Amino acid sequence: MTPRPSAAAERAVAACFLIATGGSVAFVVAYVVNAGPQWFGGLLAMAFAGLALGLILWAGHLLPTGTYVEQRPPMAPPRREQTAFLDGLDRGGDRTPGLLRRTLVLAMLALGAAAVVPLRSLFPLRIDPREELRRTPWRDGSRVVTKDGQPVRADDVEVGAFLTVFPEGHTTADDATAVLLRLEPGDLDRASGEPTVGGGLIAFSKLCTHAGCPVGLYEQTTRVLLCPCHQSVFDVLQGARPVSGPAARPLPRLPLSIDGDGDVRAAGDFRGQVGPTFWRSV
Amino acid sequence: MITRWVVRRLDDRLGFSPLARSGLNKVFPDHWSFMMGEIALYAFVYLVVSGTFLALFFDASLAETVYEGSFQPMRGTTVSAAYASTVSLSFDVRLGLVMRQSHHWAALLFIGAIVVHLARIFFTGAFRRPRGINWLVGVTLLLLAIVNGFAGYSLPDDLLSGTGLRVANAVLLSIPVVGSWLAFAVFGGEFPGEQVVGRLFIVHVLFVPALITALITAHMAILTRQKHSQFPGPGRTDTNVVGSRLWPGYAVRSLGLLCAVFAACLLLGGAVQINPVWVWGAFESGYTTGPAQPDFYVGWVDGALRLFPAYEPVVFGHVLPSVFLPAVVLPGVTFLALYLWPFLERLVTHDSNEHQVLERPRERPVRVAIGVAALTFYGLLLVSFGLDVVTRYTGIPVFTLLAVARIAVLVLPFVTGAIAFVLARALRDSGADGVLALRASDLRAALRRQSRPAARPAAQSAVPEPLPDHIPVEAGPVP
Repeated sequence: MTPRPSAAAERAVAACFLIATGGSVAFVVAYVVNAGPQWFGGLLAMAFAGLALGLILWAGHLLPTGTYVEQRPPMAPPRREQTAFLDGLDRGGDRTPGLLRRTLVLAMLALGAAAVVPLRSLFPLRIDPREELRRTPWRDGSRVVTKDGQPVRADDVEVGAFLTVFPEGHTTADDATAVLLRLEPGDLDRASGEPTVGGGLIAFSKLCTHAGCPVGLYEQTTRVLLCPCHQSVFDVLQGARPVSGPAARPLPRLPLSIDGDGDVRAAGDFRGQVGPTFWRSV
Repeated sequence: MITRWVVRRLDDRLGFSPLARSGLNKVFPDHWSFMMGEIALYAFVYLVVSGTFLALFFDASLAETVYEGSFQPMRGTTVSAAYASTVSLSFDVRLGLVMRQSHHWAALLFIGAIVVHLARIFFTGAFRRPRGINWLVGVTLLLLAIVNGFAGYSLPDDLLSGTGLRVANAVLLSIPVVGSWLAFAVFGGEFPGEQVVGRLFIVHVLFVPALITALITAHMAILTRQKHSQFPGPGRTDTNVVGSRLWPGYAVRSLGLLCAVFAACLLLGGAVQINPVWVWGAFESGYTTGPAQPDFYVGWVDGALRLFPAYEPVVFGHVLPSVFLPAVVLPGVTFLALYLWPFLERLVTHDSNEHQVLERPRERPVRVAIGVAALTFYGLLLVSFGLDVVTRYTGIPVFTLLAVARIAVLVLPFVTGAIAFVLARALRDSGADGVLALRASDLRAALRRQSRPAARPAAQSAVPEPLPDHIPVEAGPVP
């Protein structure tokens, strides 16, 4: 039942192919004159769309489609055939001593295990992840610096300031990222339990204890730190305790001190595990 | 004809013509929903073509370089080679931006088409025997497509994908016992490390694409061997295939679909901006973008991370990280359920017969209910990953939205599942053409009845009535 070729359909298909040709030619011109990505994409799309439409119209109007019937024999071959094949597979098998089978399996398992071990080379052998994750570059006396390495003077940190700080010499150490804040004088009473220095300076790890995103927003009016990734909220006046969202632990506090020159320094490493929790013994 | 001459010479040496002739005559059933897998296939072809172009210009290294390209705001800044080359191939390589953007769009289309294809297979029961084996291959392909999408998205070393890698790091760290070792193995040390982009690159352009290619080949070989399933209809039985022959009708139409997929990717790639990494900026320790949304295919996990409560119990003397349940267990259970579905269903239906004729979704109200509930659940997780953006545009506090979403994600799947169940039952029992053709009495009957009458015939396919003008495809020797 070949459909009678229709002149109108033929003309339409040919028109589509001409549009496609035009798209390709115009693309080459657009490429040469550097017409821009909109033209490149649009004209190539025109070439492919013309081809697509032409081919689909061709198949739909000029080619035989539908209502052909093909028989579908059952998938499973006769049982006899299967058995013959399986017998072929078993050839010689019944005479293989069990000892050989067992030692071969053992050798394969050993080789498999041996092949897995070198995966340990993916990171330096001297490193124990559990130790690395528990400490950061902050030390007692580390000078507090900004991302560009400038030391932070206690007097320069204004009320409401939100500074991202690092230990000197480690400004790309992600786990060392901390936020330095100055609380308002009135907040000092409300945050009575919080050990601040220099009249209201306090610092926390900047890494969210949920999934490790930097806690990028400080809402000064409500004194909360907010993580943009999964909306965990930490109350600065309550030791950066999580008050909303999926984080379960407070942001670890960075103990601070102020040296004789008025520069802010750390008085040790963070009080607690920085960043996302890992499987660790309590 | 020169073609005839060439084919004769080749056939004289290889002897393929009898087999190839039966290939030309192979019958494919016609239905629009059977094109979803083809769209996924052609999107993959586009991904390989555009990805090859990108690989010629991308430098998968975290080595510091000074950007000297034509994007003025960035000139003279020190960034990673990966980031600099991504910006350069976008602005200084002619056609580069179109290729990069269309590659990203094609990835979204690839995974989107796989998901719709999966839904079609699920709701029509196409996974039943003998196709359980191809269901397993297909679910693996979805998993690999998601992994490769995430790997590719993470390559440019920009601030947004760097944030995605942070979350991936947290997810790896959360795995009991081996988590910290796994995370260090992927990143080459503590996050961010100096290895991850080079490692993701080889995963993205070789390991996973090779696996995907192998599995697509297996998927299609199995499809060819088993022949395509077909919807019930006149003359369609479990022992035949009714449709168009491969050559020329089906092949030409399918080639048209390939061109349409390419056209869509190129049009989107040229006209609609996607992932402008120069807007996000380069990755930098201690900083992030806000809001931060990943691509949709991992968005459901991100949504689960937002909704899951702050819960970090102590298990066997160890802290169980709060991201473990939503980001490891939930995806794990999701894919386990997908893998096991055909076998779980068989446990209930005790149906281990071969099926070549598909079911209409309405014939299995329980399956429809479970499918619709699952789509609602994952759809709501996907919505949840963008709630902070909703806040930005509506002004509704994000915590209100999150509270609503937490309840909705647990309740709505039951609601939509129940509605789908009743509608499917009403459609099945009334024989109405569609949901809009249902009468109130049909719905009341569906609500009242306890179970379907056993007397009802399984499907129309049981009564083959040949079409008046059907053409049997000759399979035997040439007369």
